[in-house]
This record gives sequence, structure tokens and C-alpha cells, in this order.
Amino acid sequence: MTQFIIRRLLQSIPTLIGASIIIFLIFAMAPGDYVTSQLQNPKMTEERAAQLRALYGLDKPLPQRYISWASGVLKGDLGDSLLFKKPVIQVINDFIWNSFILGVAIMFFEWLIASIVGIYSAVRQYSVFDTIATLLVFILYSLPSFFLGLVMLKVFAVDLKWFPLGGMITTGSNYTGWAHIVDVAKHMVLPVATLTLISVGGLSRYFRANMLEVIKQDYIRTARAKGLKERTVIFKHALRNALLPLITLFTLELPSLFAGAMITERIFNWPGIGKVVLEGIYIRDYPLFLGYTMLITVLTILANILADVLYGVADPRVRLK
Amino acid sequence: MDQVNVNQPLDYKKKNNLKKAPSIWRDAFHRFLKNKYAILGLVILTFMFLFSFVGPYFSPYLDAKIDVSKGNQPPSAEHWLGTDNLGRDVLLRLMLAGRISLTIGIAATLIIVLIGGMLGSIAGYYGGWLDVIIMRLADIIYAMPGLPILIMLGAIMSDLKIPPPQRIYYVMFILGFISWVGLARLIRSQILSLKEQEFMLATEVLGLRDSKKIIKHLFPNVLPTVIVSATLGVAGAILSESALSFLGLGVIPPTPSWGYMLSAANNMIDFAKRPWLWIPPGVAIMLTVVAINFIGDALRDAFDPRQKI
Repeated sequence: MTQFIIRRLLQSIPTLIGASIIIFLIFAMAPGDYVTSQLQNPKMTEERAAQLRALYGLDKPLPQRYISWASGVLKGDLGDSLLFKKPVIQVINDFIWNSFILGVAIMFFEWLIASIVGIYSAVRQYSVFDTIATLLVFILYSLPSFFLGLVMLKVFAVDLKWFPLGGMITTGSNYTGWAHIVDVAKHMVLPVATLTLISVGGLSRYFRANMLEVIKQDYIRTARAKGLKERTVIFKHALRNALLPLITLFTLELPSLFAGAMITERIFNWPGIGKVVLEGIYIRDYPLFLGYTMLITVLTILANILADVLYGVADPRVRLK
Repeated sequence: MDQVNVNQPLDYKKKNNLKKAPSIWRDAFHRFLKNKYAILGLVILTFMFLFSFVGPYFSPYLDAKIDVSKGNQPPSAEHWLGTDNLGRDVLLRLMLAGRISLTIGIAATLIIVLIGGMLGSIAGYYGGWLDVIIMRLADIIYAMPGLPILIMLGAIMSDLKIPPPQRIYYVMFILGFISWVGLARLIRSQILSLKEQEFMLATEVLGLRDSKKIIKHLFPNVLPTVIVSATLGVAGAILSESALSFLGLGVIPPTPSWGYMLSAANNMIDFAKRPWLWIPPGVAIMLTVVAINFIGDALRDAFDPRQKI
């Protein structure tokens, strides 16, 4: 096991280097840089631009920039964000937790609803409930998230005025304690509902498919033949086995807790890392973009390793080599 | 004379005449037609294609004709979906945008199939260092967050000042280059398992050329996977394009796409007061993607009735 983890970690190093090189190459394709994007500013002279480029190291050739960036990363320094004029690590730390709150709420509701709908659909296969649920699932995962977000915003915030238009706290308010929590929760409802609805469809299909697979097995027939209650058969014998493949799915979803949702956060004006990075892209804040993408890449790789390990732990038939 | 003449090449074409064999394709076709969701999907999709490609010929309006005095009208008997800020008929624009969105979705998928199929089969068939390099690249791209990279590439297109009509092609290629990994992995693993089967040993014994082995014997076995994954890929490509264009980084005016039309909602007044500008393209995207997902799902069931997800 330890050997497996160490080997996988070592294998992921070239993947990380490859990813960072690809992102650097993407930047190499672009003709301008952060300073060019600021040239509309009348105060910006050629001289000042050259100074700034030297300051940010933009005047150096790409390989050299890559090496200086990479050696910084090894020392735990992701460079400075050009948008915020602060270290990238600090910017990420400032905003990522806002995304994390959303992410946790979304994941909680997504798994709760998907498990209930999926299991019930499987137990009552081809019932009216199953048919309607299947149809809804298809519609939900065919919706562009931003369109659903916009419709939610229009109906529940603009027209019905049940929820605030966006942001994380009511502007100008300085609630503390419980009132603050309630305020944030109100702002969370629409983005959480949007992203939960988008993601719940696919997951409930997995639940349904896995349950159907398990219910057909001989040991379920045995359990029923023993005269166990249907409830015991479903939850104790079937569900436990159906959950096995879902462990992988759950683990692979963990990085999304930190990744934020660029477009949805922008629509609801939620001060998360996704929205901030999106704004950064518009002004070519490459240290921020690079830092963010590398962070997500690292988390994705770690989640992959964790998924394999957990699966091996949960299912003794699988041997990790 | 029972002995086979070794010097004479075997006429395997004649012997393997599969005309009467119960074909997996016919079986699949029958199962497909029995699926009511599939039929519903086909009907919706056919409608969307007719709507986009034939519909504009029935419109009494011209897209190029701008009349600001008739701008921002709500839906009426003349303009079923109202007009935009330049007085253009929204229904007509919706049809024209459909052409772009559908074309990009299909073209991007063809690119995915081409890259993913080629790299996947090379990696699976030849193995060795080619396999290592291709799969390493796939690992790298798989680990990187797709949407941020897509948006960044869209922003770079703007930096390069690519003229609007050509951006469509760039969007197709970008979507293709980002999304080939899944298909490549799928095809590689299928070919790896197919290679171990007896009929491949038979092709070896017959001394067939590599190109023949791949095209005539491996490819037909992988085709169902490719068809299912390509169908669902079109849905994904349409969604990605719409997100990119919604942010103003994909297809840009004068060419409309559904995603671009939705970006009208970025304007607070249009968003709150003129829903006819951005609700129809959203519904169009949804209908198209639902239809494609219905078809893709039915195809998967039809080809492999055991696997039901």
C-alpha cells in the first residue's frame, strides 16, 4: 500500500511538470501580456511599460520565465497576482473558502437527493416515479448551468424577490453572529440550487444503475428467501454493495469543492475563486491563472490516488500493485 | 483434394461473407427503434435541424436589415419572439444561431473522434513508447481543469485578433483539442482487450497487413463505442461552446450562436425586462442537448443491452 502510494506520487511529478509547460505554452501563443492590457491607460508610457515588464519579469524569454516561476513554486511562492497586487497564494486563500462553502453545500444536497432518487428509482424500476425521474434527470443534465442560473435569478430574485440578487452578504449591512449566517445562507440558496440541480442528474443515474446491478445478484435473492424484511434487503444488503463504485466517484469530486464554479459564481456575483480567476483571465493575470490551474491539477491527481487507495480498502477483492 | 493449397491466397472475402449472419447492427437498430426516448430525441433533433437550416427561408425578415426604431419590441403577432436592440427579428436570429451552434457541435465532435480515435488506436495497437507518450499526454490533459483552460484559450483568440468569421473554426479546434482524452482512453482499452481475442490471432495467421487488421477487423468492433461517445460528445461540445460564447470569448458578432445570444442576459436591463432576448436560445440549447442525450443513451443501450447507465 505505502509502496503503491509512493509510486503513484512519484509518477504524478512528470504529469504536473507537463501540465505547467502546457499552460506556459498557451501563454506563449498570446501576443500581449498584462502590461499590454493596461496600455489603454493614458498614463502608461512606453518607458513605464518597459519598467513594469522588467518588474514582473515579462521581458525575459519564456523558458527563463518558466524556470524562475517553477523554482518559486518549489519554494512555495506562486508569484504575485497582477489583478490584486498581492501574492497569488494569499489571493487564493482569500477567495477559495467562499467557493468551498458553496461546494460543501452543493455536494451535500447533490448526494442526498441523488441517493434518494436513484435508490427509489431502482427499487421501483419502470414505475411512474422512475419514468418521471429519468425524464427530469435528462433535462437537468442537458441544461447549461449558466442558463439555469439566469432563470433562477430572474424568477426568484428579480420577479418574486424571495432571494437577493447576488453577492455573499447584503451590501452595507454589518450583521454579526447568527444574523450574518442567516444572511449568507440566503445568498447561497440560488447558486447552491442551480449547481445542485445541474449535477444531481448524472449522479442519481449512477445510483440507479449500481442498485439495479446489485439487486439482480444471487445474494439478494438469498436474502429475500431468508425472509428478511424488504427494507433490510435494500439498505443492508444491496445498498452497501452498490455504494462501492460510488466511493471512487465521491473522491474524484473532492477537488471540485475547491475549484469554484467560474460562470455560476459570476452570475450570482459570489466572491469565490472561480469568479476571481475569470476576472483575472480578462486582464491576463497569468500568475493567478497559473497558480489556480496548478492547484486544481494537484488536487485532481491527489484525488485520483486517493480514489484508488480507498477502493482498495473498501473492496478487498481489489489488490493494489 | 482436401488439402488446402498453401501457395494460393485464401479467399477470405468469400468465406466470410456475412450477408446472412445476424448482424449486431440490425439488432441494435431494432432495439434503438423500440426506445421511446430515442424516437422523441430523433423528432426533436430533426425539428431543430429543420428549424435552423430551413427555417430562415420562411422568415419574412432579413437579418442584415437594422431598424433601431423597431428595437426591443416584446413578442407580438409579427415578431413571435420580439426584436433585439437593433430591431432584428429574434426568431430569425435564433434560427441562424442554431446553424452555428449545431455546426460547431458536430465539427468539434468530428475533431474529437479523429484525434481521440487515432491516438487511442495507435496507443492500444502498437503499445510501447508510443503508448507511454500518448497516455502521459492524456493524463496531463485529464488532470487539468477544462473550463478555465477553455476560457483562457478563448481570451487568447481575442488577443490574436482573429476575425469573427474565422473564430468559429478556432472554437471547433479548441473544443476538439481539449476533449479527445476520454475517447482515446476508451478506444485504447477496447483495442487492448480485442487484441487478445482469437479473431485477431487469426488475422495474424492470415498474414494481413497492419492497415487491414486495424481498418477491417479492429475498427468495426470499436465503432459502437465511437458512435455512442461521439453522439454524447456533440451535446458536450454544444454546451461548452455556449458557455464560451456566453462569456464573449467564443463566437462573436456579427455571427450569432445560441451562447452568444444568451450573453444578452449580461446586461441588467435586458436580463430583467426583456427575457425574450435570452430565454429562447437557452430553451433551444436545452432541447437540442436533451434530444442528443436521449439518442446517445438509447444507442448505448442498443449496442450493449447489458450495460445500463
